[in-house]
Amino acid sequence: MKTYRLRFVIVAILGLALGLTAVPALAQDGVVSDDAVNAVAKDIYCPVCENTPLDVCPTQACADWRDLIRTQLSEGKSPQEVREYFAQIYGDGVLANPPRRGLSLIVLWILPVVLLLVGVLLFSRYLSDLRAQTASAPRAVTVMTASAPTAVAKSDPAARDDYVARVEQELQKG
Amino acid sequence: MIADFGYTALLFAFAVAIYAVGAAWYGRRQNKPAWVESARNATILTFPLLALASGALVYLLVTGDFSINYVWQVSSRGMPTYLKVTSLWGGQAGSLLFWNLLLAAFTATAMARKWQEDKPLMPYAIIVASFTQIFFLGISAFVENPFARLPFTPPDGNGLNPLLRHPGMIIHPPMLYLGFVGFTIPYAFAMAALMANRLDDRWIQTTRRWTLVAWLFLSLGLILGGRWAYDVLGWGGYWAWDPVENASLMPWLAGTAFLHSVMIQEKRNIFKRWNVFLVVLTYSLVILGTFIVRSGVISSVHSFAQSAIGPLFFGFIVIMFIFSAYWMTVRREALVSENHLDSFLSREAAFLYNNFLFLAILAIVFLFTYYPIFSELFTGEKGFVGPPVYERALAPLFAVLLVLMGVAPLTMWYRTTLKRLELAARWPALAALLVIVALFALGMRSWGALLGFWIVAFSTILTLIEFWKGTRARMRKGEAPWTAYANLMARNRRRYGGYWIHLGVLVMAFGIIGTEIFQQETQIRLQTGERVALGYYEAEFKGVSRFPGPDDLLITEAQVDVYQNGRFVTTLTPRTELYTRTGQPMTIPSARSTVAEDFYILLINWEPTTANAATLRLYLNPLINWVWAGGFVFVLGTLIAAWPDPRDEKVRVARQERLVVSAAD
Repeated sequence: MKTYRLRFVIVAILGLALGLTAVPALAQDGVVSDDAVNAVAKDIYCPVCENTPLDVCPTQACADWRDLIRTQLSEGKSPQEVREYFAQIYGDGVLANPPRRGLSLIVLWILPVVLLLVGVLLFSRYLSDLRAQTASAPRAVTVMTASAPTAVAKSDPAARDDYVARVEQELQKG
Repeated sequence: MIADFGYTALLFAFAVAIYAVGAAWYGRRQNKPAWVESARNATILTFPLLALASGALVYLLVTGDFSINYVWQVSSRGMPTYLKVTSLWGGQAGSLLFWNLLLAAFTATAMARKWQEDKPLMPYAIIVASFTQIFFLGISAFVENPFARLPFTPPDGNGLNPLLRHPGMIIHPPMLYLGFVGFTIPYAFAMAALMANRLDDRWIQTTRRWTLVAWLFLSLGLILGGRWAYDVLGWGGYWAWDPVENASLMPWLAGTAFLHSVMIQEKRNIFKRWNVFLVVLTYSLVILGTFIVRSGVISSVHSFAQSAIGPLFFGFIVIMFIFSAYWMTVRREALVSENHLDSFLSREAAFLYNNFLFLAILAIVFLFTYYPIFSELFTGEKGFVGPPVYERALAPLFAVLLVLMGVAPLTMWYRTTLKRLELAARWPALAALLVIVALFALGMRSWGALLGFWIVAFSTILTLIEFWKGTRARMRKGEAPWTAYANLMARNRRRYGGYWIHLGVLVMAFGIIGTEIFQQETQIRLQTGERVALGYYEAEFKGVSRFPGPDDLLITEAQVDVYQNGRFVTTLTPRTELYTRTGQPMTIPSARSTVAEDFYILLINWEPTTANAATLRLYLNPLINWVWAGGFVFVLGTLIAAWPDPRDEKVRVARQERLVVSAAD
């Protein structure tokens, strides 16, 4: 756990250094607004902190990453290209919305749909079976439906409502 | 001295809990009730012992004995006294002790009740509950000892994690813990019913209120956690689908499914096995959630409680699974109830649809929460699932759930005709449509929001009609409207408390849709006197002041004048707080809250070298306050439903007698 994180931090910082040196100081002529940077940063999660999107992350490293986003945007890269760039260096794990490939395609897209379909199928078959059993084995109708409503039902159709009937029953009891 | 005293009390509690399990087992086996009675007293005794241990730790925290490792870690001289007290749950070792205290409190209360005809369940309930307690006490006493000493006495402590100094954090963890430990009681009773082979619905009736209370605290914990995130974490939101948040959401989902499905068993005496399964599932998710939070197995912002207790927890989870599965298998014959379903359109079917939806949501949250682990196992790369993925997958399920919430109360037990449902739902559906047409005419073009608001309006109207129908029935008998309503609530607490909960959820849904879909934000660097517009608000940056706060705090506060439609309304003071000793920064927002929205400002950056300029981030969060208001209604409804009703006991006794009579027939 610990060594893993340490390794990650090193890789992340190296990557950051690489990114910063690879693009010469073009950032100065950038007229990219904070909002444009944040729009991209929102979808990228800080590679070293835990569960924090880059747009709200308060650490210095994240500020540097936001500058990197700004630089890339000012060079004319599209938001999607910036995201891809981050995914290439830090892995798909930094994207809030992982790209549809590999394991994430299977687990985040295919599996939920399959699970849901299988669930609906099993559930509906279970319900049908229940109902089939019930239909084939008719039972005596219990007290609830038979006597309670008829006892109070009179001519008022609303009284057929089971719990309105119950309320009235209670009232009669006092 | 005090530390030794506290640790001794902790060890005694551990020994007493072991004794309770042994005595209960022996007494049951040898059929010696006195031993079971003694086990019961021992179980009750763990609570005062743990109160002494916790009291000792609080004393050490307040007096600042920094030779104690835990005290050194989480408190410091400069902290106000109330924070010294709450740092009892500000770190791993202390919060485990606190967890033990709460578990003992719940168990002791459950044991102190009159048992009467539940007597056969008692030894087993003691064994299960005390076994859980032994596990947590063992960790507290031997792995995460809160009384462990440092080899020397440092002059001052590190101080509490700044994130945990917020008032919201003072009550959020205890609520969540109470919710978590509370589910131990229904689980213990369910397992006791299995072990004693008494699978009528008595255990459900006995634990009904316990379940509701645990669920209430869990709900409170979730809502307060959201509020805390909104007030402290500085990102304009309240829920991030963080693994630790999900860890407490998952038992809530399973518990909610259970609270609904018990009604089928109570009414129709069917789906027994299903209810036992749901209780076991809820409890498993509680333990699993505790494991996630405390082992740091999935890293997240809440990982302040990481330690080496992971394997122990894992072992406990495995034992619990095997134990539960074993007894469910042994008693499978007795658990088979003749499940009947007369119609797909009936109250019992509606509860089953409800259960299906809750479990589907649970399954997806589970899958996504654990995805990082799968990913790391299979690809070696840490995967990540962000909020958009959750929202995309869950929004349709929640939407169907909300519709069901409105429609289900229209169904009747056994069967309902489609025509009847249609008749009851037609006008509310059209009325809700009018609301949407109005919104569309006012310029709303988001189809997601229109659909969402339609569902909320539809289900709200249906729920209000339920109240109206009940009240009207009483009014026809000559009661005045308010009396009729009050009597309706008083006589059917669970039902109408439940509908209040539904209304709370709908109000929250209204707020969530509003703020999720229509949130606006902007970030900009402003010179003194410059303005930025967001929605119909304008913010003018006036300046920054920097001053020391309590303890080692350095506060940097911006003054921002807020104009609404060009008229001055208020001055907001967003700020950053720097804990100089640890260097940890906090971004504390300042917001103008109205019924319609929050105008929420964060101070992102300010440097003394360029004193007359600052970077601000502004959010417009429409309808956000409806989320909190809905939470309030939700809690109120739960209180109504859970409030003890003396007539319940009478009804229960009468019902029991009836069952006995019918069995004798």
